[in-house]
Amino acid sequence: MAMTFHVDIVSAEEEIYSGKAEMLFAPAVMGEVGVLAHHTPLLTSLKPGEVRVKTPEGEEHFIYVSGGMLEIQPHVVTVLADTAIRAADLDEAAALEAKERAEKALAERKADIDYALAEAELAEAIAQLQAIQRLKQARRH
Amino acid sequence: MAVGKEIRNQIKSIKNTQKITRAMEMVAASKMRKAQKRMEASRPYAQKMRAVISHLAHAHPEYRHPYLLERENVKRVGYIVISSDRGLCGGLNTNLLKLVVTEARQWKDKGVEVKLCTIGQKGTSFLSRFGFDIAAQQTQIGDQPGVADLIGTVKVMLDAYDQGEIDRLFVVSNEFVNTMTQKPVAEQLLPIQSAEPEEELKHHWDYIYEPEAKEVLDMLMVRYIESLVYQGVVENIACEQAARMVAMKSASDNAGNLISDLQLVYNKARQAAITQEISEIVSGAAAVG
Repeated sequence: MAMTFHVDIVSAEEEIYSGKAEMLFAPAVMGEVGVLAHHTPLLTSLKPGEVRVKTPEGEEHFIYVSGGMLEIQPHVVTVLADTAIRAADLDEAAALEAKERAEKALAERKADIDYALAEAELAEAIAQLQAIQRLKQARRH
Repeated sequence: MAVGKEIRNQIKSIKNTQKITRAMEMVAASKMRKAQKRMEASRPYAQKMRAVISHLAHAHPEYRHPYLLERENVKRVGYIVISSDRGLCGGLNTNLLKLVVTEARQWKDKGVEVKLCTIGQKGTSFLSRFGFDIAAQQTQIGDQPGVADLIGTVKVMLDAYDQGEIDRLFVVSNEFVNTMTQKPVAEQLLPIQSAEPEEELKHHWDYIYEPEAKEVLDMLMVRYIESLVYQGVVENIACEQAARMVAMKSASDNAGNLISDLQLVYNKARQAAITQEISEIVSGAAAVG
């Protein structure tokens, strides 16, 4: 029987796969890597693609990852999978969006104040009207 | 019967409210369980990350990532504030925001500026009304947030850290102690504190890096911080649901008490009316006879 090693595939949101493997293929940025037991320690980032795990029972699991990290130690291999497609400009766009939202919220705060002011004025006007009506009624009696 | 129409209406309306609060209680209970599961599911990733980072600290004593270095002069600090989007969850957000305001005041007393970034509607509206400097925000993340929802806000703060605009970064969120107790906590994200060597390695070894050690490390650090913030968000959702469950349970109980009190008043009034009617009939009959 061939040598096996332990594989953990986890993402920030969930544990995707955990078990023994005979061989593992992963889409590293420099090209696909195949990993057997007793591989030398390696740390690399992954491209979006497919991770294939060959179990000792001869089964093959296909897991799609949208990038991430691959950490290899002689007996343990860990895939830290991303849950979203990542790229510098995409991240930048997300950051810009978050900033814009903050600015918008600040702008809306002003709108809030206007609304509160209008509400206060309305309440005052209603109170005045009520007072006038009460005066009228008093005069009638 | 005309007796106590107002009371009967009041009882009916309280019963309707009670139905709503009871439904909300049950929804919150089931959502809480799901959120707790997600909370547990997110742990292995951060644990693995931490293991890799501590390996790296061992293997690479000469290269220190800026995220691991303590800065001497703290002029500005950043906070990521995680609150809920919706209310009706007791004092959950109030307690959290109180903590943020006290911390901010302490920094200001020391002459340190505070920069915020908010996740969640409640924190955003409260803190912007209070006149805090909010650099980025994210709201409406729903009950099942993804890491993708948080990339932007976290990046704004990390960029600010890289550029020296902030010298420390904290995350404020509720900690799920148990269903009845949630505790607001402020945790330091940057510089990373938990990268202490776990055990003494027997022999010196290093990874092979592809492409470059620095690039791989940068990527790893960003992911690590994101996963910590994500954990905070998921935990905060579990807290929100737990707090809502408890709040709605006490609301339902209060409604029950109100109903039984009103029912007593109503029964008394009805009995009095019947007694009066009978005595009128009897005295009428006596007058005729």
